[in-house]
Amino acid sequence: MAHIQVREDLPGIRGLMVFRPETAEPLNQLADLLLRGPNTLSPGERELIATFVSSRNDCFFCQTVHGAVAAYHLDNNEQLVRDVKTDPEHAAVSDKLKALLAVAGKVQCSGKEVTTEDISRARERGATDMEIHDTVLIAAAFCMFNRYVDGLGTWAPTDLDIYRQRAPITARDGYANSIQRILADNGQGD
Amino acid sequence: MPHIQLQEGLPGIRGLFAFRLDTARAMSQLAQVLLHDENTLTRAERELIATYVSSLNDCYFCQTAHGALAEAHLGGNAALVEQVKRDPENAPVSGKLRALLVIAGKVQRGGKSVTAEDVEGAKREGATDLEIHDTVLIAAAFCMFNRYVDGLATWAPRDDEEGFRKRAATVASVGYMKLIDDLQAAAAAAGKP
Repeated sequence: MAHIQVREDLPGIRGLMVFRPETAEPLNQLADLLLRGPNTLSPGERELIATFVSSRNDCFFCQTVHGAVAAYHLDNNEQLVRDVKTDPEHAAVSDKLKALLAVAGKVQCSGKEVTTEDISRARERGATDMEIHDTVLIAAAFCMFNRYVDGLGTWAPTDLDIYRQRAPITARDGYANSIQRILADNGQGD
Repeated sequence: MPHIQLQEGLPGIRGLFAFRLDTARAMSQLAQVLLHDENTLTRAERELIATYVSSLNDCYFCQTAHGALAEAHLGGNAALVEQVKRDPENAPVSGKLRALLVIAGKVQRGGKSVTAEDVEGAKREGATDLEIHDTVLIAAAFCMFNRYVDGLATWAPRDDEEGFRKRAATVASVGYMKLIDDLQAAAAAAGKP
Protein backbone atom coordinates (compact mmCIF):
# COMPACT_ATOMS: atom_id res chain seq x y z
CA MET A 1 0.00 0.00 0.00
CA ALA A 2 1.24 3.45 -0.88
CA HIS A 3 2.16 5.88 1.93
CA ILE A 4 -0.63 8.23 0.81
CA GLN A 5 -4.12 7.52 -0.50
CA VAL A 6 -3.91 7.14 -4.28
CA ARG A 7 -6.13 5.21 -6.69
CA GLU A 8 -5.33 1.57 -5.97
CA ASP A 9 -5.81 0.35 -9.53
CA LEU A 10 -3.01 2.61 -10.85
CA PRO A 11 0.52 1.31 -10.22
CA GLY A 12 3.80 3.20 -9.81
CA ILE A 13 3.95 6.79 -10.94
CA ARG A 14 0.49 6.61 -12.55
CA GLY A 15 -1.37 6.74 -9.23
CA LEU A 16 0.81 9.67 -8.12
CA MET A 17 0.22 11.58 -11.34
CA VAL A 18 -3.53 11.24 -11.04
CA PHE A 19 -3.26 12.30 -7.37
CA ARG A 20 -1.50 15.55 -8.37
CA PRO A 21 -2.19 16.54 -12.01
CA GLU A 22 -0.49 19.95 -11.55
CA THR A 23 2.93 18.33 -11.12
CA ALA A 24 2.13 15.45 -13.48
CA GLU A 25 1.97 17.85 -16.41
CA PRO A 26 5.57 19.18 -16.29
CA LEU A 27 6.87 15.74 -15.25
CA ASN A 28 5.33 14.16 -18.33
CA GLN A 29 6.51 17.01 -20.56
CA LEU A 30 10.04 16.43 -19.34
CA ALA A 31 9.82 12.67 -19.96
CA ASP A 32 8.35 13.14 -23.45
CA LEU A 33 10.96 15.76 -24.43
CA LEU A 34 13.90 13.72 -23.14
CA LEU A 35 12.84 10.25 -24.23
CA ARG A 36 10.61 10.77 -27.26
CA GLY A 37 11.39 14.21 -28.72
CA PRO A 38 13.54 14.69 -31.83
CA ASN A 39 17.09 13.74 -30.91
CA THR A 40 20.31 12.40 -32.42
CA LEU A 41 20.17 9.68 -29.74
CA SER A 42 17.57 7.09 -30.75
CA PRO A 43 14.53 6.46 -28.51
CA GLY A 44 16.00 2.99 -27.80
CA GLU A 45 19.30 4.51 -26.61
CA ARG A 46 17.56 7.05 -24.40
CA GLU A 47 15.24 4.44 -22.87
CA LEU A 48 18.32 2.28 -22.17
CA ILE A 49 19.90 5.16 -20.22
CA ALA A 50 16.65 5.60 -18.24
CA THR A 51 16.44 1.85 -17.58
CA PHE A 52 20.08 1.60 -16.53
CA VAL A 53 19.77 4.44 -13.99
CA SER A 54 16.46 3.08 -12.64
CA SER A 55 18.09 -0.30 -12.22
CA ARG A 56 21.00 1.27 -10.29
CA ASN A 57 18.42 2.98 -8.08
CA ASP A 58 16.70 -0.40 -7.65
CA CYS A 59 13.32 1.01 -8.74
CA PHE A 60 11.34 -1.99 -10.00
CA PHE A 61 8.48 -0.05 -11.58
CA CYS A 62 10.65 2.41 -13.58
CA GLN A 63 13.26 -0.10 -14.73
CA THR A 64 10.54 -2.51 -15.87
CA VAL A 65 8.40 0.10 -17.66
CA HIS A 66 11.36 1.71 -19.41
CA GLY A 67 13.12 -1.60 -19.97
CA ALA A 68 10.03 -2.81 -21.84
CA VAL A 69 9.86 0.39 -23.92
CA ALA A 70 13.61 0.12 -24.66
CA ALA A 71 13.17 -3.51 -25.80
CA TYR A 72 10.22 -2.49 -27.96
CA HIS A 73 12.42 0.09 -29.74
CA LEU A 74 15.26 -2.46 -30.07
CA ASP A 75 13.48 -5.23 -32.02
CA ASN A 76 12.23 -6.79 -28.76
CA ASN A 77 15.79 -7.58 -27.71
CA GLU A 78 15.16 -8.08 -24.00
CA GLN A 79 18.55 -9.74 -23.56
CA LEU A 80 20.28 -6.53 -24.64
CA VAL A 81 18.30 -4.58 -22.05
CA ARG A 82 19.36 -7.07 -19.35
CA ASP A 83 22.99 -6.87 -20.52
CA VAL A 84 22.99 -3.07 -20.33
CA LYS A 85 21.63 -3.23 -16.78
CA THR A 86 24.14 -5.78 -15.53
CA ASP A 87 27.32 -4.98 -17.50
CA PRO A 88 27.01 -1.99 -19.86
CA GLU A 89 30.71 -2.01 -20.81
CA HIS A 90 30.31 -5.45 -22.41
CA ALA A 91 26.81 -5.03 -23.85
CA ALA A 92 26.30 -5.02 -27.63
CA VAL A 93 25.80 -1.26 -27.91
CA SER A 94 27.90 1.41 -29.63
CA ASP A 95 31.09 2.69 -28.00
CA LYS A 96 29.47 6.10 -27.79
CA LEU A 97 26.51 4.74 -25.83
CA LYS A 98 28.87 2.84 -23.52
CA ALA A 99 30.64 6.11 -22.71
CA LEU A 100 27.30 7.88 -22.15
CA LEU A 101 26.10 5.05 -19.88
CA ALA A 102 29.28 5.51 -17.83
CA VAL A 103 28.43 9.20 -17.44
CA ALA A 104 24.85 8.30 -16.48
CA GLY A 105 26.15 5.84 -13.88
CA LYS A 106 28.26 8.57 -12.31
CA VAL A 107 25.32 10.98 -12.23
CA GLN A 108 23.28 8.30 -10.45
CA CYS A 109 25.83 8.36 -7.58
CA SER A 110 26.23 12.14 -7.61
CA GLY A 111 26.69 14.95 -10.11
CA LYS A 112 30.16 15.58 -8.74
CA GLU A 113 31.34 12.10 -9.73
CA VAL A 114 31.37 13.01 -13.43
CA THR A 115 34.97 13.76 -14.44
CA THR A 116 36.50 15.62 -17.37
CA GLU A 117 37.90 12.23 -18.48
CA ASP A 118 34.39 10.71 -18.59
CA ILE A 119 33.28 13.59 -20.83
CA SER A 120 36.39 13.45 -23.06
CA ARG A 121 35.84 9.73 -23.57
CA ALA A 122 32.25 10.32 -24.69
CA ARG A 123 33.33 13.15 -26.97
CA GLU A 124 36.14 11.10 -28.56
CA ARG A 125 33.51 8.52 -29.43
CA GLY A 126 31.39 11.10 -31.21
CA ALA A 127 29.03 12.39 -28.52
CA THR A 128 27.90 15.99 -29.02
CA ASP A 129 27.36 18.60 -26.30
CA MET A 130 23.60 18.13 -26.66
CA GLU A 131 23.91 14.35 -26.29
CA ILE A 132 26.07 14.76 -23.18
CA HIS A 133 23.59 17.29 -21.80
CA ASP A 134 20.63 15.01 -22.45
CA THR A 135 22.38 11.98 -20.95
CA VAL A 136 23.10 13.87 -17.73
CA LEU A 137 19.55 15.20 -17.58
CA ILE A 138 17.93 11.82 -18.30
CA ALA A 139 20.05 10.26 -15.53
CA ALA A 140 19.24 13.11 -13.14
CA ALA A 141 15.53 13.01 -14.00
CA PHE A 142 15.37 9.29 -13.25
CA CYS A 143 17.02 9.92 -9.88
CA MET A 144 13.91 12.04 -9.32
CA PHE A 145 11.30 9.70 -10.85
CA ASN A 146 12.72 6.66 -8.99
CA ARG A 147 12.68 8.46 -5.63
CA TYR A 148 9.16 9.76 -6.27
CA VAL A 149 7.85 6.28 -7.07
CA ASP A 150 9.59 4.46 -4.20
CA GLY A 151 9.55 7.31 -1.66
CA LEU A 152 5.76 7.18 -1.62
CA GLY A 153 5.69 3.39 -1.43
CA THR A 154 3.70 2.76 -4.63
CA TRP A 155 3.01 -0.80 -5.82
CA ALA A 156 3.96 -2.34 -9.16
CA PRO A 157 2.62 -5.41 -10.99
CA THR A 158 5.08 -8.32 -11.02
CA ASP A 159 3.72 -9.85 -14.25
CA LEU A 160 6.19 -8.74 -16.95
CA ASP A 161 3.64 -9.33 -19.71
CA ILE A 162 1.69 -6.32 -18.47
CA TYR A 163 4.73 -4.12 -19.18
CA ARG A 164 5.38 -5.82 -22.55
CA GLN A 165 1.81 -5.18 -23.65
CA ARG A 166 1.88 -1.54 -22.60
CA ALA A 167 5.24 -0.67 -24.16
CA PRO A 168 4.08 -0.28 -27.81
CA ILE A 169 1.22 1.98 -26.68
CA THR A 170 3.58 4.17 -24.64
CA ALA A 171 6.03 4.26 -27.55
CA ARG A 172 3.26 5.35 -29.90
CA ASP A 173 1.26 7.77 -27.71
CA GLY A 174 3.81 9.10 -25.24
CA TYR A 175 3.91 9.59 -21.49
CA ALA A 176 1.68 12.65 -21.15
CA ASN A 177 -1.10 11.14 -23.21
CA SER A 178 -1.55 8.10 -21.05
CA ILE A 179 -2.13 10.19 -17.89
CA GLN A 180 -4.36 12.71 -19.68
CA ARG A 181 -6.62 9.85 -20.74
CA ILE A 182 -7.07 8.68 -17.15
CA LEU A 183 -7.69 12.25 -15.95
CA ALA A 184 -10.27 12.75 -18.71
CA ASP A 185 -12.08 9.58 -17.63
CA ASN A 186 -11.95 10.90 -14.07
CA GLY A 187 -13.59 14.12 -15.21
CA GLN A 188 -10.53 16.09 -14.06
CA GLY A 189 -8.76 16.77 -17.31
CA ASP A 190 -9.73 18.21 -20.67
CA MET B 1 34.83 24.94 -16.50
CA PRO B 2 31.50 23.42 -17.50
CA HIS B 3 31.62 20.06 -19.33
CA ILE B 4 29.69 21.49 -22.29
CA GLN B 5 29.76 24.89 -23.94
CA LEU B 6 27.35 27.20 -22.15
CA GLN B 7 26.55 30.88 -22.53
CA GLU B 8 28.92 32.86 -20.31
CA GLY B 9 27.64 34.94 -17.44
CA LEU B 10 24.79 32.60 -16.49
CA PRO B 11 25.69 30.61 -13.36
CA GLY B 12 24.39 27.21 -12.23
CA ILE B 13 21.17 25.96 -13.73
CA ARG B 14 20.59 29.24 -15.61
CA GLY B 15 23.31 28.44 -18.15
CA LEU B 16 21.78 25.00 -18.65
CA PHE B 17 18.31 26.49 -19.03
CA ALA B 18 19.63 28.78 -21.79
CA PHE B 19 21.31 25.76 -23.46
CA ARG B 20 18.05 23.80 -23.75
CA LEU B 21 14.92 25.87 -23.31
CA ASP B 22 12.19 23.28 -23.80
CA THR B 23 13.35 21.05 -20.96
CA ALA B 24 14.02 24.23 -18.95
CA ARG B 25 10.38 25.25 -19.26
CA ALA B 26 9.13 21.87 -17.98
CA MET B 27 11.56 21.93 -15.03
CA SER B 28 10.67 25.52 -14.16
CA GLN B 29 6.98 24.70 -14.30
CA LEU B 30 7.64 21.89 -11.82
CA ALA B 31 9.53 24.28 -9.51
CA GLN B 32 6.76 26.86 -9.87
CA VAL B 33 4.03 24.40 -8.76
CA LEU B 34 6.09 22.83 -5.98
CA LEU B 35 7.74 25.92 -4.51
CA HIS B 36 5.76 29.02 -5.47
CA ASP B 37 2.10 28.26 -6.19
CA GLU B 38 -0.63 28.09 -3.54
CA ASN B 39 0.01 25.35 -0.96
CA THR B 40 -0.81 24.58 2.67
CA LEU B 41 2.96 24.46 3.22
CA THR B 42 4.36 28.00 3.19
CA ARG B 43 6.87 29.07 0.54
CA ALA B 44 9.48 29.33 3.28
CA GLU B 45 8.83 25.74 4.41
CA ARG B 46 9.07 24.41 0.85
CA GLU B 47 12.26 26.36 0.10
CA LEU B 48 13.74 25.03 3.36
CA ILE B 49 13.08 21.46 2.20
CA ALA B 50 14.73 22.26 -1.16
CA THR B 51 17.71 23.88 0.57
CA TYR B 52 18.14 21.01 3.03
CA VAL B 53 18.19 18.36 0.27
CA SER B 54 20.57 20.45 -1.88
CA SER B 55 22.85 20.79 1.12
CA LEU B 56 22.82 16.99 1.69
CA ASN B 57 23.71 16.61 -2.01
CA ASP B 58 26.49 19.17 -1.48
CA CYS B 59 25.28 21.30 -4.41
CA TYR B 60 26.65 24.79 -3.77
CA PHE B 61 24.58 26.64 -6.37
CA CYS B 62 21.20 25.12 -5.43
CA GLN B 63 21.63 25.31 -1.67
CA THR B 64 22.78 28.93 -1.90
CA ALA B 65 20.09 30.03 -4.36
CA HIS B 66 17.25 28.28 -2.49
CA GLY B 67 18.73 29.13 0.91
CA ALA B 68 18.51 32.80 -0.11
CA LEU B 69 14.91 32.24 -1.22
CA ALA B 70 14.01 30.58 2.08
CA GLU B 71 15.65 33.49 3.88
CA ALA B 72 13.66 35.99 1.79
CA HIS B 73 10.40 34.23 2.68
CA LEU B 74 11.46 34.11 6.35
CA GLY B 75 11.91 37.87 6.56
CA GLY B 76 15.71 37.65 6.43
CA ASN B 77 16.26 34.91 9.03
CA ALA B 78 19.52 33.50 7.63
CA ALA B 79 20.35 31.83 10.95
CA LEU B 80 17.29 29.57 10.72
CA VAL B 81 18.26 28.47 7.21
CA GLU B 82 21.73 27.54 8.49
CA GLN B 83 20.24 25.63 11.44
CA VAL B 84 17.92 23.62 9.22
CA LYS B 85 20.85 22.66 7.00
CA ARG B 86 23.11 21.70 9.90
CA ASP B 87 20.73 20.19 12.43
CA PRO B 88 17.08 20.03 11.35
CA GLU B 89 16.11 17.90 14.38
CA ASN B 90 16.88 20.80 16.73
CA ALA B 91 15.98 23.74 14.51
CA PRO B 92 13.14 25.94 15.82
CA VAL B 93 10.60 24.90 13.18
CA SER B 94 7.17 23.28 13.64
CA GLY B 95 6.93 19.60 14.58
CA LYS B 96 5.28 19.02 11.23
CA LEU B 97 8.12 20.56 9.22
CA ARG B 98 10.66 18.65 11.31
CA ALA B 99 8.91 15.37 10.44
CA LEU B 100 8.73 16.35 6.75
CA LEU B 101 12.46 17.17 6.75
CA VAL B 102 13.14 13.66 8.07
CA ILE B 103 11.22 12.24 5.08
CA ALA B 104 13.06 14.57 2.66
CA GLY B 105 16.40 13.41 4.09
CA LYS B 106 15.41 9.78 3.54
CA VAL B 107 14.34 10.49 -0.05
CA GLN B 108 17.75 12.09 -0.68
CA ARG B 109 19.41 8.75 0.12
CA GLY B 110 16.90 6.67 -1.81
CA GLY B 111 13.13 6.40 -2.07
CA LYS B 112 13.15 3.04 -0.31
CA SER B 113 14.63 4.57 2.85
CA VAL B 114 11.29 6.20 3.66
CA THR B 115 9.45 4.01 6.18
CA ALA B 116 5.79 3.75 7.16
CA GLU B 117 6.88 5.07 10.57
CA ASP B 118 8.39 8.21 9.01
CA VAL B 119 5.11 8.86 7.23
CA GLU B 120 3.05 8.08 10.36
CA GLY B 121 5.24 10.50 12.30
CA ALA B 122 4.49 13.28 9.84
CA LYS B 123 0.76 12.51 9.86
CA ARG B 124 0.76 12.60 13.68
CA GLU B 125 2.19 16.12 13.46
CA GLY B 126 -0.68 17.10 11.20
CA ALA B 127 0.82 16.61 7.71
CA THR B 128 -1.76 15.87 5.02
CA ASP B 129 -1.34 13.37 2.18
CA LEU B 130 -0.76 16.26 -0.23
CA GLU B 131 1.92 17.78 2.02
CA ILE B 132 3.69 14.41 2.27
CA HIS B 133 3.41 13.98 -1.51
CA ASP B 134 4.85 17.44 -2.16
CA THR B 135 7.68 16.93 0.34
CA VAL B 136 8.72 13.68 -1.36
CA LEU B 137 8.50 15.26 -4.81
CA ILE B 138 10.41 18.41 -3.77
CA ALA B 139 13.17 16.21 -2.32
CA ALA B 140 13.19 13.98 -5.41
CA ALA B 141 13.18 16.97 -7.77
CA PHE B 142 16.22 18.47 -6.03
CA CYS B 143 18.01 15.15 -6.40
CA MET B 144 17.51 15.87 -10.12
CA PHE B 145 18.33 19.61 -10.12
CA ASN B 146 21.47 19.07 -8.01
CA ARG B 147 22.76 16.32 -10.31
CA TYR B 148 21.97 18.38 -13.39
CA VAL B 149 23.88 21.40 -12.07
CA ASP B 150 26.92 19.48 -10.77
CA GLY B 151 26.91 16.67 -13.36
CA LEU B 152 27.63 19.24 -16.07
CA ALA B 153 30.10 21.12 -13.84
CA THR B 154 28.42 24.52 -14.05
CA TRP B 155 30.08 27.43 -12.24
CA ALA B 156 28.66 29.46 -9.40
CA PRO B 157 29.92 32.76 -7.97
CA ARG B 158 31.58 32.22 -4.56
CA ASP B 159 31.29 34.70 -1.70
CA ASP B 160 28.54 36.59 -3.45
CA GLU B 161 25.74 36.30 -0.90
CA GLU B 162 24.49 39.74 -1.89
CA GLY B 163 24.09 38.63 -5.51
CA PHE B 164 22.16 35.52 -4.47
CA ARG B 165 19.95 37.64 -2.15
CA LYS B 166 19.14 40.12 -4.90
CA ARG B 167 18.22 37.35 -7.32
CA ALA B 168 16.17 35.59 -4.59
CA ALA B 169 14.16 38.76 -3.94
CA THR B 170 13.12 38.79 -7.61
CA VAL B 171 12.21 35.09 -7.80
CA ALA B 172 10.37 35.34 -4.46
CA SER B 173 8.07 37.95 -5.94
CA VAL B 174 7.69 36.90 -9.60
CA GLY B 175 8.13 33.12 -9.36
CA TYR B 176 10.11 30.68 -11.50
CA MET B 177 8.68 31.20 -14.99
CA LYS B 178 9.93 34.73 -15.68
CA LEU B 179 13.52 33.56 -16.21
CA ILE B 180 12.34 31.18 -18.91
CA ASP B 181 10.27 33.86 -20.64
CA ASP B 182 13.30 36.19 -20.53
CA LEU B 183 15.66 33.52 -21.91
CA GLN B 184 13.17 32.71 -24.65
CA ALA B 185 12.88 36.39 -25.59
CA ALA B 186 16.68 36.75 -25.63
CA ALA B 187 17.01 33.65 -27.84
CA ALA B 188 14.36 34.99 -30.23
CA ALA B 189 16.12 38.36 -30.38
CA ALA B 190 19.37 36.55 -31.21
CA GLY B 191 17.55 34.69 -33.99
CA LYS B 192 17.67 31.28 -32.32
CA PRO B 193 14.64 28.95 -32.35
